[in-house]
Amino acid sequence: MSRMSRLLALTVMVVLAGCGKPEFSDAEKKTIASLALSALPPLKPDTTNRFADVPAAAALGSTLFFDTGMSRDGTVSCSTCHKIDRQFQDDLPQAVGVGRTNRRTMPLAGVAHDPWFFWDGRRDSLWAQALTPLENPLEQAGNRAAVAHYIKARFGERYERIFGLLPDLSNVPANASPLGTDAEKAAWNAMPDQQAEDVNRVFANIGKAIAAFERSIAPPQTRFDRFAAALATGAPPQGDDAFSAEEIQGLKLFIGKANCVTCHNGPRFTDNSFHNTGVPPIKDLPPDRGRIDAVAQVEADPFNCLGAFRDGDAGACGELRFMVKGGPELIRAYKTPSLRGAATRPPYMHAGQFLSLDEVLAHYSKAPASVEGTSEVHPLQLSDRERAALVAFLKTLAE
Amino acid sequence: MASLWRYLLAGLGLAALLAGILAVVYLTAPRSPQLAGPDTSRSKTTANGLFVASFEPERGVIRQGELQSWLLTLKTVAGAPVEGAAITISGGMPQHSHGLPTSPQATNYLGDGRYRIEGLKFTMSGWWQLRFAISAAAGSDTVIFNVVL
Ligand code: HEC
Ligand code: HEC
Repeated sequence: MSRMSRLLALTVMVVLAGCGKPEFSDAEKKTIASLALSALPPLKPDTTNRFADVPAAAALGSTLFFDTGMSRDGTVSCSTCHKIDRQFQDDLPQAVGVGRTNRRTMPLAGVAHDPWFFWDGRRDSLWAQALTPLENPLEQAGNRAAVAHYIKARFGERYERIFGLLPDLSNVPANASPLGTDAEKAAWNAMPDQQAEDVNRVFANIGKAIAAFERSIAPPQTRFDRFAAALATGAPPQGDDAFSAEEIQGLKLFIGKANCVTCHNGPRFTDNSFHNTGVPPIKDLPPDRGRIDAVAQVEADPFNCLGAFRDGDAGACGELRFMVKGGPELIRAYKTPSLRGAATRPPYMHAGQFLSLDEVLAHYSKAPASVEGTSEVHPLQLSDRERAALVAFLKTLAE
Repeated sequence: MASLWRYLLAGLGLAALLAGILAVVYLTAPRSPQLAGPDTSRSKTTANGLFVASFEPERGVIRQGELQSWLLTLKTVAGAPVEGAAITISGGMPQHSHGLPTSPQATNYLGDGRYRIEGLKFTMSGWWQLRFAISAAAGSDTVIFNVVL
């Protein structure tokens, strides 16, 4: 009798354990596999930058990334905000360079896979992007004439080994730029066309070197990727790679009921597109309308894909040629950020609006209307446990 | 011991009953339209019956997240190629109430009623709709294709 009852108790335990077991449907397994880092395709060559995969260019780019000498007061480099030991961001709600900016510093892992750059996508290549902070008065506050002189003085030889002879800069004013102060603009406008073109060429090459360096910044493997790899082979995840019941619930919500995966998809957890998610503006910052105001800026950028400084043919310019140029959907639409590593780099959103993942999930749960334009997210009414599960899952992308 | 037995048996019985009820509910539930899925045929007669349109990815496969070109082939109902058509493209994801992430265009006429549609991009899996407004000598008409990724 007692043996029978023990057997029966055992059966019941097995049945119960079976119910709580992490079972994923085939569709879920397919989605999980599509999110794993192993699904990230190799970086495509950037034909618009023929130095993109030249090691000497990447080496110079890396020097320049950490060099404060191109900023107005010699104190700010790219790495002031994009800190190498902090996922190439700075933990601040809004970045601080020469002045306080209006946006959150973006992390850089895997950024070379993107078609658009900045929260609003106002640049269309990594090399064109790199030129912007150099001249932004709140970031490095330099100007392209000063940058060209500086490169010639400090890195002339290295530059020429990669890009060929530097132009004659002896008659170029010390400070000049079409985007600078009034004095810098006047100096720029007084320059002969050829001289302006020469300076622009040096400037573009600096962007191309920095971009070559940034291409090497890759997202690391996470606990989620090891879990996904095990799931794909059918082998039980080993030790720490196994997910807790809460993490599994979070993953299931992320790819299911909570719909996160509609925008945060693929191995970088981004669709590389722009969405209004109803994130509120920050009161004291200037108006920020996101993508809608970026369209004209990227079209006007002389360093864009259709401009004179692109290498290769215009076949690479599809994103710019076929971009959506207007429509209410672009109002307060921002680039979907990658969620890899997000758990360990608060605050969140384009101006650091939310201090924690709990606040992010509270936002998605309520889905308030946007101050302008229409939010694409709908109230999810997540329970406390569901929100906690989603946070637990997001943490597996940062371990 | 015997009473434990009885509780266990009763528990199992209840669980089985519950499973049975759930199964019946699940199996007899009406199928939601999402499961049935939209009509994804790649060849269609346009809304007012002016043209027969077919729509195929130029390289045969659909890759999520990559810019790609498709071919739109236009024939009259009698099967003659439609030349010199002006084509505009719109669309989006009906279930997410958002439009296309790019603005695709007809960039090239390849002869034999075939038009290259460039700049298409499907940024997420799910149901996409592409609407073509076509103007040619025979008149103007529209056609909608569903693409499910
Ligand atoms: C003052 C701080 C600061 C400095 C200096 C700075 N950045 Fe940034 N970076 C930011 C901020 C803030 C954003 C987002 C700005 C926006 O959307 O308007 C950003 C965005 C970017 C992006 C876009 C990432 C993406 O996912 O779209 C790249 C790439 C980048 N920076 C590289 C650089 C490089 C290269 C330099 C040096 C030449 C540099 N940054 C200098 C703060 C800074
Ligand atoms: C409609 C597309 C969309 C959906 C659905 C969506 N997101 Fe986002 N997510 C975005 C965009 C766009 C941003 C940036 C918004 C901004 O800065 O204004 C963002 C930002 C975030 C951030 C902040 C990341 C950072 O580095 O600042 C987190 C975390 C996040 N989303 C998690 C989620 C989770 C969890 C879900 C599901 C509950 C979800 N998202 C659903 C588009 C989406």
